[in-house]
Amino acid sequence: MKPAPFKYIAVSSLDQALALKAQYGDEARFLAGGQSLIPAMNFRLARPAVLIDINGLTQLAGLDRSDAQHLRVGALTRYRAMERDGEFLHDCPLFADALPHIAHPQIRSRGTIGGNLAHADPASELPAIALAMQARMGIRSIRGEREIAACDFFVGPLTTDLKPDEMLVGTAFPAARPRSGASFMEVARRRGDFALAGVAAVVSLDDEDRCSQIRLALCGVGDTPLDASHAASSLIGQRCTDKAIETVAGNVRGTIAPSGNIHASADYQRHVAGVLVRRAIAMAHKRIAHAA
Amino acid sequence: MQPDRHDIELFVNGKSCRHAVESRMLLTDFLRHELMLAGTHVGCEHGVCGACTILLDGAPVRSCLMFAVQANGHELFTVEGLASAAAELNPLQQAMHEHHGLQCGYCTPGILMTMTAFLRENPEPSETELREALSGNLCRCTGYQNIIDAMLKAAHLLRAGAP
Repeated sequence: MKPAPFKYIAVSSLDQALALKAQYGDEARFLAGGQSLIPAMNFRLARPAVLIDINGLTQLAGLDRSDAQHLRVGALTRYRAMERDGEFLHDCPLFADALPHIAHPQIRSRGTIGGNLAHADPASELPAIALAMQARMGIRSIRGEREIAACDFFVGPLTTDLKPDEMLVGTAFPAARPRSGASFMEVARRRGDFALAGVAAVVSLDDEDRCSQIRLALCGVGDTPLDASHAASSLIGQRCTDKAIETVAGNVRGTIAPSGNIHASADYQRHVAGVLVRRAIAMAHKRIAHAA
Repeated sequence: MQPDRHDIELFVNGKSCRHAVESRMLLTDFLRHELMLAGTHVGCEHGVCGACTILLDGAPVRSCLMFAVQANGHELFTVEGLASAAAELNPLQQAMHEHHGLQCGYCTPGILMTMTAFLRENPEPSETELREALSGNLCRCTGYQNIIDAMLKAAHLLRAGAP
């Protein structure tokens, strides 16, 4: 229950961090909030030879609202800062809904959005939200920078498209479309536990109150966060009636293949996912009416 | 492999201290074994139980999920820093005592630190908010009700201007 020895380097610049990662590759891990990495090290499930502590890189923390089309969230932005930013919570209701579900206040004091997304836990909330919002991930290395869509970022359980020399430096979330509403819901065995199933829904309406776009993503029910928007396509052009929403929930239940775990059978996870899909779409829809 | 050692300087309960630590030393173990502040308890060592909760620059954190070397330059506050003298209790401690908010006491330091930060930000909490704030601290003795009662009382004492 104590970490194996490692070399610790607290960096003072992004260039230094990237140079070290290029030098050590998979032998090194970036240390941000450490709320997933350090437990894994305590169990010796992770034994990095080098930890590159990026907590001093304050330029990676915070929100950038300079582009009206996107909200850019720096990788080192902590949950605690997001929870206390009323404007952010107003603009990103999925985060407002999801943040209280992320572990506990003490974990949220340290944990960062970049660490969460790069850790890519399939039961985690933010990867599903990034998928639902069609976020774009900003990635840097000494070779340069690139940006990829969230749907190309999460490639497997705890596995992303990040190469051994790369760092996720920020995530750009598109601004909400007009006449759209969003909702995130999850069920866990206890408050703060990993989700048995979670659903992020974003619904947009046209001028005649028919659904013009729906984004749907799930966590906890697959090897990666799942984009289930295709299973909701029956709603496009329709009014969001209980019946139309229930059809989507049925489609999602038929699409996903959760594996079950110690807390829930696969059938129960599928059932819960269906219920949450129904409720999250209904709530997202209701919020459009309330905002109007 | 030579131990990877680093010199650190930090403030703990208002006092400055310098130490050389191995990089893999958890902050919990540093507090307990190097500074001899054994009031911070070690429960699960993977961030679930909350027994090791301390304040880092005023925010509650799991000291088992930080390395001591990361505390370099930071200000820590532990349960030993709550009361002004060894024989005294601060309002949170006094309320826990009066409401039987502890039995074995193992979780108590973590709960006191979590609640210290919480009540600073939320001086007039509802019972629901208190329960939410306590969700990251496990107690296997009390069933939580007495802790909730104690913290409602502590909030009242603090609002009334108790030190």
